Amino acid sequence: MGNQNKLTFSRRNFLRTSALASGGLLIGFNFLTSCSETATPPVDISKLNFKDFNAFIKIAENGYVTIFSPNPEIGQGVKTSMPMIIAEELDVPWKHVSVEQGVLDTNNFTRQVAGGSQSIRFGWDALRQTGATAKQMLINAAAIKWNVEPASCSASQGIIKNANGDELGYGNVVNEAAHLEVPENVTLKESKDYKIIGKDALNVDVEKIITGESLFGLDYKVDGMLYASVLRPPAFGQILESYDSSEAKALPGVVDVITIGEQARNYLNQDSFDPSAHWSVQLSKTDKVVVIGKTTWDVIKGKKALKAIWKDDSLIESTEMHNDELVKILDGKNLDTRREDGNIKKAFAEADKVLERTYESPFLPHNCMEPMNFFADVTNERVHLVGPIQTPEAAAKVVASLLNRNLEDIHVNMTRMGGGFGRRLYGDFVYEVAEISNKIKKPVKLISTREDDMSLGVYRPAISYRIAASIKDKKVTGYHLKEAAINSNMYGLIPHFFPAGAIKNYKVESGNYQSNITTGAWRAPYTNFLAFAEQSFFDELADLLETNPVQLRLDLLKNVKDGEDPNIQYSAKRMTDAIKLAVEKSNWGNTKEGIHQGFSAYYSHNTHVAEVVDITLQNGLPVVEKVTVAVDCGIVVNPTGAKNQIEGGVIDGIGHAMYGDFTFKNGKPQDVNFNTYRLIRMKETPVVNTYFVENDLSPTGLGEPGLPPAGGALANAIKAATGQIMTKQPFVKYLIKHKTGLKV
Amino acid sequence: MASYNLKINGKAVSVTVDEDTPLLWVLRDELNLVGTKFGCGIAQCGACTVHLDDTAVRSCSIPIASLDGANITTIEGLAKDKLHPVQEAWKELDVPQCGYCQVGQIMTATSFLKQNPNPNNKEIRNAMNGNLCRCASYNRIEKAVALAAKKMS
Ligand code: FES
Ligand code: FES
Repeated sequence: MGNQNKLTFSRRNFLRTSALASGGLLIGFNFLTSCSETATPPVDISKLNFKDFNAFIKIAENGYVTIFSPNPEIGQGVKTSMPMIIAEELDVPWKHVSVEQGVLDTNNFTRQVAGGSQSIRFGWDALRQTGATAKQMLINAAAIKWNVEPASCSASQGIIKNANGDELGYGNVVNEAAHLEVPENVTLKESKDYKIIGKDALNVDVEKIITGESLFGLDYKVDGMLYASVLRPPAFGQILESYDSSEAKALPGVVDVITIGEQARNYLNQDSFDPSAHWSVQLSKTDKVVVIGKTTWDVIKGKKALKAIWKDDSLIESTEMHNDELVKILDGKNLDTRREDGNIKKAFAEADKVLERTYESPFLPHNCMEPMNFFADVTNERVHLVGPIQTPEAAAKVVASLLNRNLEDIHVNMTRMGGGFGRRLYGDFVYEVAEISNKIKKPVKLISTREDDMSLGVYRPAISYRIAASIKDKKVTGYHLKEAAINSNMYGLIPHFFPAGAIKNYKVESGNYQSNITTGAWRAPYTNFLAFAEQSFFDELADLLETNPVQLRLDLLKNVKDGEDPNIQYSAKRMTDAIKLAVEKSNWGNTKEGIHQGFSAYYSHNTHVAEVVDITLQNGLPVVEKVTVAVDCGIVVNPTGAKNQIEGGVIDGIGHAMYGDFTFKNGKPQDVNFNTYRLIRMKETPVVNTYFVENDLSPTGLGEPGLPPAGGALANAIKAATGQIMTKQPFVKYLIKHKTGLKV
Repeated sequence: MASYNLKINGKAVSVTVDEDTPLLWVLRDELNLVGTKFGCGIAQCGACTVHLDDTAVRSCSIPIASLDGANITTIEGLAKDKLHPVQEAWKELDVPQCGYCQVGQIMTATSFLKQNPNPNNKEIRNAMNGNLCRCASYNRIEKAVALAAKKMS
């Protein structure tokens, strides 16, 4: 995630066309990298090759356009918004466009990864160029037919016109266009001429979703398919010693009980295995017991009937222990410097006042609504994998190594995903089901119960931040942030996020504790908690400076010159505009009696967001009434989809800050289902009002950036209401404990 | 294993399964009605909501043995010739994100609106509180229930 590479391609190298055998024009293009010199799109539509091209457009003889996009859909709406961009430049009515999930019958995908809110940002230029190029080819074909200059023709809404008033539909010229050269110099529309971009378009799958069509991995079935349920160690740090499957095998629906794990171990033990190069690969060393059965219920019951003995293999950890380790890191001297400006030592030595706080967050499971599952059918000819995965490329590669097969044998088909949030970047369940099917040589679907899902997690790790600021003459002179995290630290440019650049003496350091609990990306990795810590800290800092929290941000942003430091990618101007919009729309500072507001502003995933949370108190506990969100994500491609993402992200951020808690005792997660693990529910949700800063800049991601500022804004509202300072998530734990202390 | 007769979406069906099999898995695995989803298996999330007569129930937690002769409606039986007004409202407001929870939400909403055709916001929030949406599309669900009520009145 977080790959910040700039796009470099020339049109010649990313787009090719061909005439379809069945009539019509097929355009293959690659919106991230160039195509190889020899790549050509197929003439047979059933043979789409996503190796050389990662998307295709078909324009049929009736003028209808089908876009084949293999980009996985996890709920972030790119399956709708990316085709909108193509259709805009191609200039066809949106209702003539349909979108199909491309079949991923290949093994060399290029960025079929849904993560980091980057799909739109990367695709923007290429998608527009593709649409515009196709439109120009159609115009050129019509011009030849009419024997006029292409420049004298124009096209709009699927119709080409010339100066004589003649008209041709796109469909009338597709076959001719297919044989023309790909034009080099096409002009893109100006944003004021957009007809599709910026208008609400329904999620392309909405009707299928609300009528319950088979779409998700869990829904996928083939004849003769068996089900598999995997028994894994109950605690991190344990491995299988022995097991007894006699009772399970005696159940009529249980077909077999096997173990897997050997192949994963071999793979991990290879000398060439470099975990840092395999960030999305999560494999464990233990054997696991697998119940194979005829139905889901058969394997759920079968697994319950297994008896297994586990032994400790490595350290058995607990939340108390993690907390101690994180404090040790923060107190210690062995931290890595991630950014350093000026001289913080001096700034703190000369300070009038110093503020220091430590913020703590728990592990969090992803809890995708659709529990992890995957289908595999391993035969001598090929390995067929089907299901919800955000990283099909990595999955295919690992499965090839695990099973000792050629990459060409591995075929991955992606289904719609019942949520991702980062969890489906990790293919552990794909590797497991591949090993299972390889052993039984039958088509099989691995299913997880919620309990499996919550206990086999690749969790957001527990993280602590210690932040200190020095104040001299009513100015912030120094800022020092330390991160202590389980397993790994903030990545990419995060150390250069605000307030980097705004405070002269600045330092970010990080360190980690290596745990055997599996951790990974979770919606807005690191910033999901870092933003809370910093944004709460600024609120207190504003009090010390006797200014208001909004003014403090605006003052600090004035110190930043956009574009001066290549590592600083947030824009002071864009952030300032977002803040002002949030202030205006939320009535900041002018609310009714009994309403308490909290403010926060944060840049992540290339998007600038400011939020104001309004709360009331009932029986001493906060009720989140409203969140006002101002977003600068550049051009808003699909406003309804964009708002949906922001609403979801904000409520997700509020929910996890309030309730998300996940602890370990003796290596075991203490909550494994929704009876004790609390997710936000409708009664606890605020109304989210989203406003976009209007500009002409390239669109940026929306799946994640709404989340990070939410927790901080809520904490600041609680502080405004009660004077209580939230330094630990989830808030509810603290609030209930200290309820009597609150002024109501 | 035993045989059970049910009426599902107006059609008589007979299934032969273990008596403790939850209705959810009978629907999904035996009858191939995969619109009804699995989320928790312990009646906490609502993804598996179907109608028993007109009442919304959690199909993950009702064993088939207690349902012989029952009349069940699933999402597949909700839209007759055209979308149900609740589905219409869901579509109009573009509610789904990942979409996985939405069938359960719709089934809860349709049964609730039958009992209370003219709900206020508080009643909607109460009625829908049992259905989790991990993508947190709650604002739109709330609005869609209100819109559906309007459409049906
Ligand atoms: S699956 Fe039945 S309520 Fe969650
Ligand atoms: S839309 Fe994803 S869980 Fe509700």
